Amino acid sequence: MELIDSTIINLIIFVLAIYVGYHVVWNVTPALHTPLMSVTNAISAIVIVGAMLAAAMTETLLGQVMGVAAVALASVNVVGGFLVTKRMLEMFKKKPKKSHEGAT
Amino acid sequence: MSMNIVVLFYLLASVCFIQALKGLSHPNTSRLGNAFGMVGMAIAVVTTIALIVKLSGTSGSGLVNVFGGMVVGGGLGAFMAKRVEMTKMPELVAFMHSMIGMSAVFIAVAAVAEPTALGIQLVNGLIPVGNRFELFVGTFVGAITFSGSVIAFGKLSGSYKLRIFQGAPIVFKGQHLINLALALLMVACGVWFFFTQAWLPFIIMMAIAFVLGVLIIIPIGGADMPVVVSMLNSYSGWAAAGIGFSLNNSMLIIAGSLVGSSGAILSYIMCKAMNRSFFSVILGGFGAEEGVQAGAAEARPVKSGSADDVAFLLGNSDSVVIVPGYGLAVARAQHTVKEMAEKLIAKGIQVRYAIHPVAGRMPGHMNVLLAEAEVDYEQVFEMDDINSDFGQTDVVFVLGANDVVNPAARTPGSAIYGMPILEAHKARNVIVNKRSMAAGYAGLDNELFYMDKTMMVFGDAKKVVEDIVKALD
Repeated sequence: MELIDSTIINLIIFVLAIYVGYHVVWNVTPALHTPLMSVTNAISAIVIVGAMLAAAMTETLLGQVMGVAAVALASVNVVGGFLVTKRMLEMFKKKPKKSHEGAT
Repeated sequence: MSMNIVVLFYLLASVCFIQALKGLSHPNTSRLGNAFGMVGMAIAVVTTIALIVKLSGTSGSGLVNVFGGMVVGGGLGAFMAKRVEMTKMPELVAFMHSMIGMSAVFIAVAAVAEPTALGIQLVNGLIPVGNRFELFVGTFVGAITFSGSVIAFGKLSGSYKLRIFQGAPIVFKGQHLINLALALLMVACGVWFFFTQAWLPFIIMMAIAFVLGVLIIIPIGGADMPVVVSMLNSYSGWAAAGIGFSLNNSMLIIAGSLVGSSGAILSYIMCKAMNRSFFSVILGGFGAEEGVQAGAAEARPVKSGSADDVAFLLGNSDSVVIVPGYGLAVARAQHTVKEMAEKLIAKGIQVRYAIHPVAGRMPGHMNVLLAEAEVDYEQVFEMDDINSDFGQTDVVFVLGANDVVNPAARTPGSAIYGMPILEAHKARNVIVNKRSMAAGYAGLDNELFYMDKTMMVFGDAKKVVEDIVKALD
């Protein structure tokens, strides 16, 4: 039996992942749609894995410059995306004291 | 560390990313979800560092490059995440989309330059045809995401003089034809690259994609930005997935698809809330028909009142529903509104907030602003949950919103006919705060403003609400 092409395997993963994404995202409460966008920003920065390989393993100047630039750009999202999501979600935390009468 | 173990760690990271999205189904579980996301990313990065060490030996000169990039990018990201104002979130998100797009393009260039360094196995000294196709797709989606997001960022911030960064749409004759021609040319270059793996078609293709990204976004007006932002969110995910295909990395494919479908669903929800077709949005150029009705509004008498009148009306009611819109974000009035609500609640009045899905400039924009002002999310209601209650509400206070409460959406033949609205017109009294009588984004007159039970309060939202707070004492 001949081997299955890796592209086909990738395609299977792709289709199943879309399926998972579809069902998970429909369950996200509309109030959290902005945090959803910022956390997906951070998650799509997973391209940093490819960027790291490009930065570390290439030998030509072109490859290295591209790699380092890609790592830097993706890092902005990895750090920024998760931190800003965290900051927003803290705001959605239920406040311990519900009503404080006095004006500030 | 064998390659199998690396891939298993990547699988673990992928599961964490799914958990991160799953957590967002409720505010209580969302923080844990975000922590999952961070853990997943940490696993992915550490595993990749281990892989690099294994492949390149102990010399580690390559890792210096990696850490250098991380420190610079990570520092910038942390700085922005700390400093950004919640009213500026749409800009930050657009900026981040552009980062992903550009990063994907850089990786693709590096992969074409040195395929073996990124783990692509050569066939007869060339990149396999399948990977060539995937590189092409990853590059052009990334490039479109980048330049499109830059334009979206400019339009959202509204503080740049350059015409393409203005909120008003840029429409010209033959726009779609030019886009189509460019797209075909881009695909042709892709096919050329596919067969030859030459640099020239690759570079031309990339350049056209950058131009296309600009052309797709410029005809779209400011208030349609929720759709654009979610659409670019989706694109950035597909770009990541495309890179995953080219590098045969299943984690990138999974994470990219999650983001891609998330953005697609958000765009769908936004389109539904504006009664636009998904297809016309993907093609771009929507909102072009606007401006036809502009100027149709003749001067009609409205009942206008002062902040004292509003305070009196609010103070003597039993139930109040606040409808926030983009005007609230522009005026940064969320904290003052919360202060006003506190005062009303202290008087025993029921206060709730009604949020239309497209209020503001991005999905969930209003929810975040209210959360920032420490409004309890149990007082905040989505359109479908509160619409039936407007009939029993004493006062609806519309703050800087217009089209989302326009009853014309129920009149056949109107430009926004069929758009779901918040039924503010059913309440016993309506107070509308606007800066002027100017028509809303759709260029339509709003019947709500002329109703007998409606009182208009003109002025900056923050200023007006501050005055109301004073008058409530």
